[in-house]
Amino acid sequence: MATETKAGGGSFLDNLGKIYALYTGGFFAFVIILGILEQLGVPNKWIGYGFVFLTIAVYAVIGILSRTTDVGEYYVAGRSVPSVYNGMATGADWMSGASFVGMAGTLMLLGYDGLAFVLGWTGGYVLVAVLIAPFLRKFGAYTVPDFFAARYGGGFARFLAVLVLISCSFTYVVAQIYACGLIASRFLDIDFTIAVYAGLAGILMCSMLGGMKAVTWTQVAQYIVLIVAYLTPVIILSAKKYGIPIPQLTYGQAIAEITNLESSMISKGLADAKTLKPHIKPFTTYDPLNFFALIFCLMVGTASLPHILMRYFTTPTIREARSSVAWSLFFIFLLYFTAPAYAAFSKLEVFTLIEKGTKLTDLPAWMYTYGKLGLVKVCNVDVKVVQDIVAACGKIANHPGLLRWQDLNINTDVIVLSTPEIAGMPYVIAGLVAAGGLAAAMSTADGLLLAIANALSHDIYFKMVNPNAPSATRLIVSRILLVLVAIAAAYVASTKPADILSMVAWAFSLAAAGIFPALVLGVWWKRANTPGALIGMIFGFGVCMYYLVGTRYFAVSFHEMWSWLGTATPAATAKFAELKAAWVAAAPGAAKDAAFLALDKHAQTIASWWGVRNISAALFGLPVGFLTIFIVSLLTPAPSKAVMDMVDATRLPSGDLIMQEKGAMVGGH
Amino acid sequence: MQINAERHWSRTSGLMWIMMILWAFFSFFVHFFVDTLNTIKIMGFPLGFYMASQGSLVAFVVMLFTFSSRQEAIDRQEGVAEE
Repeated sequence: MATETKAGGGSFLDNLGKIYALYTGGFFAFVIILGILEQLGVPNKWIGYGFVFLTIAVYAVIGILSRTTDVGEYYVAGRSVPSVYNGMATGADWMSGASFVGMAGTLMLLGYDGLAFVLGWTGGYVLVAVLIAPFLRKFGAYTVPDFFAARYGGGFARFLAVLVLISCSFTYVVAQIYACGLIASRFLDIDFTIAVYAGLAGILMCSMLGGMKAVTWTQVAQYIVLIVAYLTPVIILSAKKYGIPIPQLTYGQAIAEITNLESSMISKGLADAKTLKPHIKPFTTYDPLNFFALIFCLMVGTASLPHILMRYFTTPTIREARSSVAWSLFFIFLLYFTAPAYAAFSKLEVFTLIEKGTKLTDLPAWMYTYGKLGLVKVCNVDVKVVQDIVAACGKIANHPGLLRWQDLNINTDVIVLSTPEIAGMPYVIAGLVAAGGLAAAMSTADGLLLAIANALSHDIYFKMVNPNAPSATRLIVSRILLVLVAIAAAYVASTKPADILSMVAWAFSLAAAGIFPALVLGVWWKRANTPGALIGMIFGFGVCMYYLVGTRYFAVSFHEMWSWLGTATPAATAKFAELKAAWVAAAPGAAKDAAFLALDKHAQTIASWWGVRNISAALFGLPVGFLTIFIVSLLTPAPSKAVMDMVDATRLPSGDLIMQEKGAMVGGH
Repeated sequence: MQINAERHWSRTSGLMWIMMILWAFFSFFVHFFVDTLNTIKIMGFPLGFYMASQGSLVAFVVMLFTFSSRQEAIDRQEGVAEE
């Protein structure tokens, strides 16, 4: 099954190794030149601008050079991306701005429990490789909903899949564009709204002209920038501290030191034994049920997110789709197994500072740098003015005037961004980290935007509205929709919507409950039929959505209806009754609203089924989805012979793709 | 080469179940014993912490490369590999 070589694409594809080696070398040279300029006295601000604008310009050039007028190239990069490169592109697609910037901070604050994210965001690729990716590749779809339509009888299944896809991808893309704005505004002092639209322009340049083809080759470039940016500071730190530039090995010593400092801080009264969460102690934040539920939902969610699955449509062969998942995981692993090292080194730094007894008047400079941005607080005030901090801490009874762990509040985003400064590295490294964070946010945004726009243009417009549309029209419609979705996402991001940003965590559970059961059974269980899949998707997704929205936005009524399934303690239940009585008794107007707010806030902490946190809603949606498909399928007639034969063909690597599109120049002929 | 689709699928399913068992082991099972494992220390790492921060991750990566080559061998032996 040889892939045709496209005109103009051949020489590029044949020389990928050389081109990206040159690119990586060029990037290092660029960092060194900026480093020299910094030593020569060029202001930090210019160094920062240099990083951000030059890297974005390079991505944009790649995006423009990869423009295409071929439908197959636009939707699946001509199915010509070798597995290693697709692995890098998937890595960039997967690792979001939040993973890059916030993950290490989360691990520092949560200790062992934070590792649920590390496990959850890697192990899902096992499910992708074994259960899903090779079969979708054999299927030859352009989008994930394509598979649902062909396997489960057409339009309605397609429509449901598009609905799930958009509901899990849109909030996610808003968060990515928001992250772009945040990084650019913090580092470059650009106004947040302007930064959001500048980020948007960069993202569109990478995706609009070349669709999947352009996104693929920019994502490879972005992966290289983000991984270099992530590893460099922590490697330098490890070499400085322990003489070995392999942070993943040396942070074991840091952990041992942290454990010693923890008990010493407590004995000196600089940390509270009740609130200090020992770094290596499990289940201090999540109970075991929630810890494992979170791992499970993140993993299954990973294996269901359409912007990830569609990356495996682009490999030349099914064999390469499989090895490409392995490469993806390898490239993702490089970041995730380094994040705990970042966390440990930063925690060691902060604990050392506290344990030696630092006066409130002697706080280090980096706390002020990030305090000004509202990211570091001591005694609940931003670290800006010494007198304010001393005054705020003075109000606390028996405060020793020294920095204590319980007084310190560090935003999770600070850890990665501040490591270069804390370790006394030149500003050029900090600029590099900012460029890496932007690359991570932009590349994920690209993949998500394309997934949404392709679902709208291919699945809704071409397959449902106008099946006779010529290729040229389809591509124009795709691009218009891409721009519209992007502008909508950027607009929402520019309003800094707290609700939407907190909903990002929902994406995993929604994707898992809505897509995973029907997708997996579609390949692995021939007997799964249309009514089963449709009802299963609706029920699974519905239960998941009900749990998410119910526990978050209707916590009071959710708790009242389900208190018999909840795990509220008698004290919490009593408090609920008390707050409820207060709300009922309150005079209408502001007092009543305030009373309801207090009641709702408390209800959110206890509204649950068996104490499962809202983020793990798929723990209910997923089994409901699977069971419904089983039961309804067995109660209704088996799928037709044609569908069964199609499933058989999907399972065999050899033979033609299942869905062949007339006129599209896609491999497999 | 003789194509044997049925045997190909039963061997593919067998490999799938092996992978799912390993997946469940490294995702969940091994972490049930974190407290016990934490009493063992290697290079400063408590073993339970190490498994969640690196050990399982390494296992996932190795599993996927092994899976990829095992499945390829099955495809070839049953005559259904891509040309």
